[in-house]
Amino acid sequence: MISQVFILSSKGDHLIYKDFRGEAGSDVVGVFYEKVTALTGDQPPVVMSHKDLHFVHVRQGGLYWVATTTADSSPFTIIEFLNRLTALVKDYCGSLSEKSVQMNFALIYELLDEIVDYGYIQTTSSDVLKNFIQTEAVSSKPFSLFDLSNVGLFGAETQQSKVAPSSAATRPIQSSREQGGKSEIFVDVIERMSVVIGSNGVLMKADIEGEIKVKCYMPSCSEMRIGLNEEFSIGKSQLRGYGAAVRVDECSFHQAVRLDEFDTHRILRLCPSQGEQTVMQYQLSDDLPSAPPFRLFPTIERDSGGRLLMYLKLRCDLPPKSAAINVCATIPVPKGSVSLSQELSSPDQSAELKLQSRAVDWQIPRFPGGTQLSALFKLEVPGLSSASMLEVGPVGLSFELPKITVTGLQIRFLRLSPVQPGPSQRWVRYVTHSDSYTIRI
Amino acid sequence: MPYLGSEDTVRELRRALSNPNIQSDQLRYRNTILKVIRAMSQGVDVSGLFSEMVKACATVDIVQKKLVYVFLCSYATLNPELSLLVINTLRKDCQDPNPMVRSLALRNMTNLRLPSLVEYVEQPLTAALRDRAACVRRVAVLGWAKLHNLQPNSEIDAAVVNELYSLLRDPDPVVMVNCLRALEEILKEEGGIAINKPITHHLLNRLKDCDVWGQCEVLRILQRYQPQSEDELFNILSLLDASLVSPHPPVMAATLSLFLSLCSSLPAVSLAALERVRGPLLAACGSTSREMRFTALCHIQLLLRSLPGLMGAHYKRFFCGYAEPAYIKQRKMQVLVELVNDENVAMLLDELKGYCTDVNTDTAQAAISAIGRIGRSYSDSCLQILTGLLALKQDHITSAVVQTMRDLVWVCPQCSDTVCLALEGCEETLQDSQGRQALLWLLGVYGERVSSAPYTLEVFIDGVRCEASLGVKMELLTTTMRLFLCRPAETQDMLGRLLHYCIEEETDMCVRDQALLYYRLLHCGIGETRKVLQGRRSDPSLGVLIGRPAEPISQWARSFNTLEPLRQGTIEMESASRGSPEHVTFEPKTNTDLSDTLNCSQVEKVHSDSDSASRRTDSCADVLASSVAVALSLSLSPALSPEEFERLWLQRQALHSEQGAEKMVEEEDYVCLEAWFHSTAIPHCSPQSLQAGLQLVNIQTLAFTPPHTLPWRVYLYTHAQHGHSGDAPRSTLILGELLHTGEANNKAGAKKGMCDGEVGVEGMQAERVREGVQTTDDGLSGKESVRKEEGVKVTLKQQPRDDQALKGFLSILKTVLHTLSSERN
Repeated sequence: MISQVFILSSKGDHLIYKDFRGEAGSDVVGVFYEKVTALTGDQPPVVMSHKDLHFVHVRQGGLYWVATTTADSSPFTIIEFLNRLTALVKDYCGSLSEKSVQMNFALIYELLDEIVDYGYIQTTSSDVLKNFIQTEAVSSKPFSLFDLSNVGLFGAETQQSKVAPSSAATRPIQSSREQGGKSEIFVDVIERMSVVIGSNGVLMKADIEGEIKVKCYMPSCSEMRIGLNEEFSIGKSQLRGYGAAVRVDECSFHQAVRLDEFDTHRILRLCPSQGEQTVMQYQLSDDLPSAPPFRLFPTIERDSGGRLLMYLKLRCDLPPKSAAINVCATIPVPKGSVSLSQELSSPDQSAELKLQSRAVDWQIPRFPGGTQLSALFKLEVPGLSSASMLEVGPVGLSFELPKITVTGLQIRFLRLSPVQPGPSQRWVRYVTHSDSYTIRI
Repeated sequence: MPYLGSEDTVRELRRALSNPNIQSDQLRYRNTILKVIRAMSQGVDVSGLFSEMVKACATVDIVQKKLVYVFLCSYATLNPELSLLVINTLRKDCQDPNPMVRSLALRNMTNLRLPSLVEYVEQPLTAALRDRAACVRRVAVLGWAKLHNLQPNSEIDAAVVNELYSLLRDPDPVVMVNCLRALEEILKEEGGIAINKPITHHLLNRLKDCDVWGQCEVLRILQRYQPQSEDELFNILSLLDASLVSPHPPVMAATLSLFLSLCSSLPAVSLAALERVRGPLLAACGSTSREMRFTALCHIQLLLRSLPGLMGAHYKRFFCGYAEPAYIKQRKMQVLVELVNDENVAMLLDELKGYCTDVNTDTAQAAISAIGRIGRSYSDSCLQILTGLLALKQDHITSAVVQTMRDLVWVCPQCSDTVCLALEGCEETLQDSQGRQALLWLLGVYGERVSSAPYTLEVFIDGVRCEASLGVKMELLTTTMRLFLCRPAETQDMLGRLLHYCIEEETDMCVRDQALLYYRLLHCGIGETRKVLQGRRSDPSLGVLIGRPAEPISQWARSFNTLEPLRQGTIEMESASRGSPEHVTFEPKTNTDLSDTLNCSQVEKVHSDSDSASRRTDSCADVLASSVAVALSLSLSPALSPEEFERLWLQRQALHSEQGAEKMVEEEDYVCLEAWFHSTAIPHCSPQSLQAGLQLVNIQTLAFTPPHTLPWRVYLYTHAQHGHSGDAPRSTLILGELLHTGEANNKAGAKKGMCDGEVGVEGMQAERVREGVQTTDDGLSGKESVRKEEGVKVTLKQQPRDDQALKGFLSILKTVLHTLSSERN
């Protein structure tokens, strides 16, 4: 049971406040903000209490999404609800930010009114909600040259338009209805890696959490069939065929997915509702089908002048045609490091000593597969002792691998039935993110 | 937050709202109203616009209607009279052909929260319960709950309640779930909605039609249902099995909660359910939402309390990601400590070592204290890491390491040598009072082994004038006194200076009084001082050695899937790292209610009696059960008074003759058994550890002689229950005596000793028990034959007879005694 829902900006501005049960005053918003800003680092902020009122909040899009509730309510339910609320707001407003929430507050009030009645969650399905929501979303589109580049001479479509622009999926679901906009469907395969590589280069831990998300902007779509790799298998024992099997440990599906063709042909059937939904989630532990994408060869020593020398070679083991983007290596350095001098192997890279987080951030905007980059960092650390070397590492890598899934999961085909009248576009996108990629030194 | 010029804003808005030009232009009218709502949600007081907004309510534009309703519902309680004007519009809307308009009007009518309007609302609400459109019925059902809460003292309308009960069969699942919610609220005084068998099965069958939220609600309400037979129970369980592994964490958690409440008398089934949710819970731990991760972690900690091995193989899932927030990292470390075993210890320590140099000092300290916890079982490798960290010479790390070492030494005295070596030179880096207190404590207790101890103390004493922390001063006094006892020559002078300062110049009463106490104590002579100051150096309880015993599920089942587990902070980790260990860890273990509910049953059994207390004691398992062949549960209730014990012991007098290691003397319903336990260490155990150890497995010690006295005796009792699956369990009372006569004493003395006086003493001071036990020669004792072998003689008496229970009990007792004696060695 939810007593109130409110949305605060990170600076504490009231964006949305809705009281469902009238049991507590609106001054709790201020109480919440005081509490959340007074937290010290080690306190878990998810649940806080004030008298017999409990605040549960999630942080998304730089905003606090808060529900007040009673002690015996389920944290799983409340947190899932808040997450679902953020997803709905994102679906309806296009993106999740202080600005979009501010501009669309009437829409969000309307949503909240339909989602929750008297503190009880009624429905969060965008299929049901679309019948009730009347307000149009106001979307703020920043002017961008990128949009112009899609339009060729005399309005002819250029080659580039074959690639879905990254902004394509951040638009409100409803605008398609009236504007007769493009009917599009996006199927995203998103994987998150968390990897630990030991100091000897041995893979200590590898976890992959993957999901298939469907974003549907089709006004009418009765059924959709998604074909996965034929050799896809679940669990340790099950192996299909002789080829390189695509294997996951555990797999779960959205309840709307019908699996009657899954066992034989690995086909998922579903009727997508408007907006975004997670169709399938899967996990794979420890047993990667290919080598981990990055290896690090560090040499760390003290030079005669009491400086710390770090010579790092980073190798990207992806197939040569693909590349990793937005790679950032974070190398913790000893306390008291003063300054950094660097030699990087190419000009587009950059490195910076962050005193706040006591680390060197090495940025690589694009890192093609099969290549190797090196960097030499010289750190001025007054009073460097041999024990300080303990403080160097482990290195954390964050990156994005577009067009790659580490498990090898692929979408064979995507069929819509009945065949859509008019132009419709289907996009399949793959991406792997680093959840936590740690290399020990 | 109201900002400057809010009055101007309101005036401006009022002018715009009453401008006929704007009123005639729908779009401009709507935009003005939008401005009002925006001001409202920014915290401006716009209640003055109420009458203008009431007028704006009469419109055909649904968006405008919705906006006005948002306004009206917020301010209706401030303007009850004006709100009456809205009712007419709302009632008219309730007749609208569009169901959306009908539901909107109805919802807002009930949301106005004005008791004076109830009479106008009841009629449309009654009509709406039979509306064609499901969305109207949904609103109407909850509307009755709102109405009831508006006038909590009014009579419950039986007709409405009946109507709501019948709407449980509504084809729309949300209407059904809303009926449950509404009835729960309306019938709160009667304990909520009545859940009988037909309703239960109806709800279970409809479960798959509901969405996630509906399912959670239904599962929560079903917790109140008690299945009438075992068959029915298992039918329900098999229906629920699919939702137990649901990919939606809320459904999974609600189902597990229901499982645990349904199977509270079937521990084996509950444990199997815990195994089943492992997958979904682990998946929730890797969720993209960090709040969901945290929730799942907190609940995994709960599960581990009953099933410590649950996540053993998946320990890698709890490694911290480098970008995770500190609170998740710390929870993960708490879980990791629980999962350590021989195979993964090296890997785990390697991982934890990496966190010790984390930028966040709290995370670093949590990692260090986690290593200390693991050090209780794997001291060598952990101490190596801890001493390595000291070389970093960073104040927060050194402080955490010294505190961890103090806690470690307290429970594992065998680590003291390494710790003493590592202490040299720490004092230079230590800054905070916690760390310095820990260092002082260690210096005091192990002063004779740290060569530089007096010099370190001298630095502290020289700086005592500028010392701000009270705790450090107190600790310094005690430490100097202790060091004086073992190294008088080096310490005498500085002790004098310290006492002088504390008595003459110190302004704090506590410090001054303590110094005076020590000063007077020294006057009484060195022997007395030693007696007072030389306390124990280690934790006497057994808890550490046998690990944390598995708790019964019932201990935490109630708090599962509530906010409780998320709010319990990092208490467990921190409890050990504050203040001196004597004051913290030395809690009387004897009266924890943990041992009350601990017992050793593994086989599921159904109780004929419905006494909830006895069911609770049965629904749990214990690690020790693995050593017992038969299912056996021990309990301390009903308690036995010393007088009763004496009567029973004497009444069941039997003749024994020594013929072997084990012998049984049998009568019809009574059996006496003697056995030998070969260990010399047991009689030297402190009474506290013996008592604590036995209480862990629910054996109550009634009386014992102090250690090192001959003959050495302990009297104990317990109630044993064991049943084969099927027949009703039987309860038997077991009385026991442990006797050690020592080598020299070949002839055992009078055996049937009984205590008088302060038998129930559960004191922690050995001295206090000294007079508690006296043997009274009752003259009936059988003659003991000569026994060359040294050991502890166990005499057990049982009534009524149950051989298997007795054997089971004996093996439990032996396990405990063995553990205790290995601790001594």
